[in-house]
Amino acid sequence: MSENKEIEIMQSVYDKNDEVAARINSELTQSGIYAINVMGAPGAGKTTSLIQIVKRLNDVTPYVIEGDIEADFDTKTLQALGIKAIQINTGGACHLDSPLIGKAVEDLGIKNGVLFIENIGNLVCPAEFMIGEHAKMLISTVTEGSDKPYKYPLAFEKADIILLNKCDLIPYIDFDEDFFMKGVRALNKTAPVIKVSGKTEEGFDKVVSWIMDKLNA
Amino acid sequence: MHEYPITQRIIEIAQEYATKNEATEVKVINLVVGDYSGYVASSIELYFDIIAEGSMCEKAKLNIERVVPKLKCNSCGELFIRKPFSFQCPNCNGEGSPTEIGQEFYIKSIEV
Repeated sequence: MSENKEIEIMQSVYDKNDEVAARINSELTQSGIYAINVMGAPGAGKTTSLIQIVKRLNDVTPYVIEGDIEADFDTKTLQALGIKAIQINTGGACHLDSPLIGKAVEDLGIKNGVLFIENIGNLVCPAEFMIGEHAKMLISTVTEGSDKPYKYPLAFEKADIILLNKCDLIPYIDFDEDFFMKGVRALNKTAPVIKVSGKTEEGFDKVVSWIMDKLNA
Repeated sequence: MHEYPITQRIIEIAQEYATKNEATEVKVINLVVGDYSGYVASSIELYFDIIAEGSMCEKAKLNIERVVPKLKCNSCGELFIRKPFSFQCPNCNGEGSPTEIGQEFYIKSIEV
């Protein structure tokens, strides 16, 4: 038997996804779109937060791509509010990837505005895949518990802005804010952490002003 | 479950390089997988045999080098593996920051 010949490759296996992500990102930028990848656990209030944000965008046009394993409730809710939204059903897959987004962006036909891409409810996989976004928004909640940065470090590390939702419930639960913030800051020195409540609507003005700063940058 | 398409991609890349080097069979694939890459090494192995069937990689041995994530201490620069619920440096008790170590996911080489 002949000796094995080793061929050096050193190629990332993410290459295809990242290539498509870079292409989508530059196309979106050229169309005047700022894209935000919205990540969070199931039930964190991703859609509710989007509604609160969109209400405050004034003359900036919002677009939404909704990622779900199944069903289109969220898309219907957004469309009923007059928001241009499109559904992607992954049929079991745990995250959105670039080829899926590429197609949805084409279908949506968008120009000048903010595109929110609501990822699958999952704190793990969405953080690992670039999908052409300009920023990652992580929605965490006080009800999930203050240990989440320690248990799901990548999502907190990669986030550009973190919303701490359901903060109106703090008086009723044992949420250790110092422990939470210590974990966040160990992983991420720069992302603003904004306390919000989809119920009382507090905090969303600050989120929108962060988005507007990015749009005008 | 997202290991399936990525395993297909690994086989594609291996075949591409084997063909470029005029080989007819891939004997070994050396893969580097960080624990924070989001891919589970054992799932890749499971799918590999199924997907590689009938391809140039059918008989290939999949060597997976796993990389354990490490933090870098902000004070003393030590690289360390973190303990659960802590980011504290074992050397100086300073705080560690995330590094790229543990996020790798690439094909290092193939043997033909």
